[in-house]
Amino acid sequence: MKRKLLIDKAGVPGIASYEVYRREGGYRSVEKALKSMSPDDVVEEVKKSGLRGRGGAGFPTGMKWSFLAKPEGVPRYLLCNADESEPGTFKDRYLMEHIPHLLIEGMIVSSYALGANTSYIYIRGEYMWILHILERAIAEAYQAGWLGKNIMGSGYNLDLHVTPGAGAYICGEETALIESLEGKRGNPRIKPPFPAVKGLWGCPTVVNNVETIAAVVPIVNDGGDEYAKIGIGRSTGTKLISACGNIQKPGVYEIELGLSVEEFLYSDEYCGGMKNGKQLKACVPGGSSVPILPHFLVTKTAQGESRLMSYESLADGGFQTGSMLGSGGFIVYDEDQCIVRNTWNFTRFYHHESCGQCSPCREGTGWMEKVLHRLEYGHGKQEDIDLLWDIQAKIEGNTICPLGDAAAWPVASAIRHFREEFEWHVNESKLSQQRNYGRVSEKTFVNATA
Amino acid sequence: MAKVTIDGHTIEVPDGTTILNAARMIGGNIVPPAMCYYSPLKGSGGKCRTCLVEVSKGSEKDPRPMPKLVASCSTPVMDGMEVKNTSSPRTLEARKGVVEFLLINHPLDCPVCDQAGECHLQDLAFEHGAAKTRYEFDRRTFDKIDIGPYIKLHMTRCILCYRCVYTADQITGSRMHGVMKRGDASEISTYIEKAIDNDFSGNVIDVCPVGALTDKTFRFKSRVWYTKPLDAHRECDKCCGKAVLWNVGDEIYRVTARKDQYGEAEEFICNTCRFEKKSMSDWIVEGPRKIDRHSVISANKYFEPVPEHTPLLNKA
Ligand SMILES: Cc1cc2nc3c(=O)[nH]c(=O)nc-3n(C[C@H](O)[C@H](O)[C@H](O)COP(=O)(O)O)c2cc1C
Ligand code: SF4
Ligand code: FES
Repeated sequence: MKRKLLIDKAGVPGIASYEVYRREGGYRSVEKALKSMSPDDVVEEVKKSGLRGRGGAGFPTGMKWSFLAKPEGVPRYLLCNADESEPGTFKDRYLMEHIPHLLIEGMIVSSYALGANTSYIYIRGEYMWILHILERAIAEAYQAGWLGKNIMGSGYNLDLHVTPGAGAYICGEETALIESLEGKRGNPRIKPPFPAVKGLWGCPTVVNNVETIAAVVPIVNDGGDEYAKIGIGRSTGTKLISACGNIQKPGVYEIELGLSVEEFLYSDEYCGGMKNGKQLKACVPGGSSVPILPHFLVTKTAQGESRLMSYESLADGGFQTGSMLGSGGFIVYDEDQCIVRNTWNFTRFYHHESCGQCSPCREGTGWMEKVLHRLEYGHGKQEDIDLLWDIQAKIEGNTICPLGDAAAWPVASAIRHFREEFEWHVNESKLSQQRNYGRVSEKTFVNATA
Repeated sequence: MAKVTIDGHTIEVPDGTTILNAARMIGGNIVPPAMCYYSPLKGSGGKCRTCLVEVSKGSEKDPRPMPKLVASCSTPVMDGMEVKNTSSPRTLEARKGVVEFLLINHPLDCPVCDQAGECHLQDLAFEHGAAKTRYEFDRRTFDKIDIGPYIKLHMTRCILCYRCVYTADQITGSRMHGVMKRGDASEISTYIEKAIDNDFSGNVIDVCPVGALTDKTFRFKSRVWYTKPLDAHRECDKCCGKAVLWNVGDEIYRVTARKDQYGEAEEFICNTCRFEKKSMSDWIVEGPRKIDRHSVISANKYFEPVPEHTPLLNKA
């Protein structure tokens, strides 16, 4: 049986309204937590659940929560990261649009667990209509007594605000988000100190993704152990995947972690296979930042094992032959797509979104974009490919925040797996302007895990 | 106290000291270059990435090496830490990369730039850069902007170290100065080109590591190495009144704060001292200033040979 814990009710008519949501069993977790659990009990359940951050990095949420500093007399904050701006990722949008109360319910239980009395949802500015949906839901929750002073007579107070960003991907990086929320320019902070010690207004702060916070609701309702039964190994629970590209059925799917990529990509329950009878060329399994996989490494690992939708399996083989689950933005390319163009397109994005604080990212992203543009339009040189490799290598790991890495990885992986296509763009520059290269040849990886 | 070893030199430093400052206590060529960190300015550092070093041993307690290179200016030492700067090929390679990144959009206008000769980027490029550029595209340019009567902003040369932003925040009372736009389109601006009209605004010139902020009273008057630096002071009701005069004969061409070998001001000075006191009768001269900082010039690429560690600027 495949279980859905987050969006199974998304199709219920009127579920965005408080009445229907409540009738369908909403806000039970708040009742349960406030009446029968201490904040530490909630943290304990989240730890047991094995829940890992759904924003991209996959850090264990329970552990993150237990790192939160708790000095006397200093407020703590919970911030929900709804900045979702990674190309290919649109799962939080689906959740907030369809069941906004699930996020609000999650914010209440999570804030209670962390001892936060003021919490914020930071939503990307382009999601203005969702901001209004959330504002309405928050107003309903206040009216029903789930927010405000002395919630359910428990003595616990919580104010929840929703704040829009102004159109910057970088404000999804947690410390840039905090700066932005404080009304400053959204530059990532230099760490340490980490937000758990010094975050919003200098106070201890937790930043979690929308989906992470929503997942706390079923964890509290059914218990962490129950949640941990779903999934495989250290990838527990369910995950929202936003699938797009050349597939029959693009959309947002909730899967049990551990589902095979094969099934996800080809079964009618999910993506429904490739569109127009085309062949698979490549797949970016976790949002634009993660390494791209060539067709022969998508459903199988380099060892020939079946590739699963889990943190570990998608990363199997490291960056040599693997990728990452990331934020769950599953982008599929058919044989007619151009990898050089796609890499240029991604790089253009990172160039545009770099905050410009640190030199490798500020200068390197623009440089890579220009070189890729030249290659894509048939003016590239053989040395450009090595130059690109060198630029990305000098960005990766040398920047303040992970945006630099996110800009480097797509370039590195594209060259690693699709070098022959890049070379074709140089050697057959005229032809490359008329047609696409098609699929790259399959390589054998002798020492795949190195 | 924490014991730290940098390139084989061991020193004990107070807890919380950064790797960079520990290296400065040791001194010599193991000190990583720093283009954005400026010790008198709170919050500065971490941005340019020229000071990256390899931590080959985290601490006595946790000896694991740090996986990434770290910014030495903003990473505190731990007891037992072992750091590799010049002895780490990884560090040197990354630094070469950073220098290249800083240079791809930097104009090659040293021959007409007032900062030449005391430009940290020039020194950095000379020591760590490549002789040839691999960048084949148009460079980013901006129009020059007057910031009030005394200061010129030439954004094209800026490396976005943010030092002047912190100076404007921390030393001058009001915040008129900041960064607009993002990525490689970022620019330093005083809001709507408003003059940073403040008694201490001139210090943004001293903190600027390159020629992006220059003294309009000195612009194009002389190459810095033709002027002779003198320590001098005066009674001032606004600042310490301790400055360096840069003279040609008895004429004061320029007044700056006193800077150490890392280019950091010992004490900030006010605009009156900097821009308005240009007559020798305003000052009590203490003697020649020893410029203890090696530069492209002391490597005698530009001028007649000078023995190392001579106050070479006196030569002119
Ligand atoms: C450039 C950049 C953009 C990011 N954007 C988002 C985002 O839009 N949403 C998100 O949840 N996390 C984003 N993250 C990750 C956050 O920094 C942070 O790790 C996350 O919100 C933590 O939540 P989690 O532990 O629940 O995953 C981004 C990180 C970087 C470096
Ligand atoms: S890596 Fe890029 S986005 Fe991140 S701080 Fe540096 S310049 Fe800004
Ligand atoms: S001096 Fe350390 S990053 Fe600039």
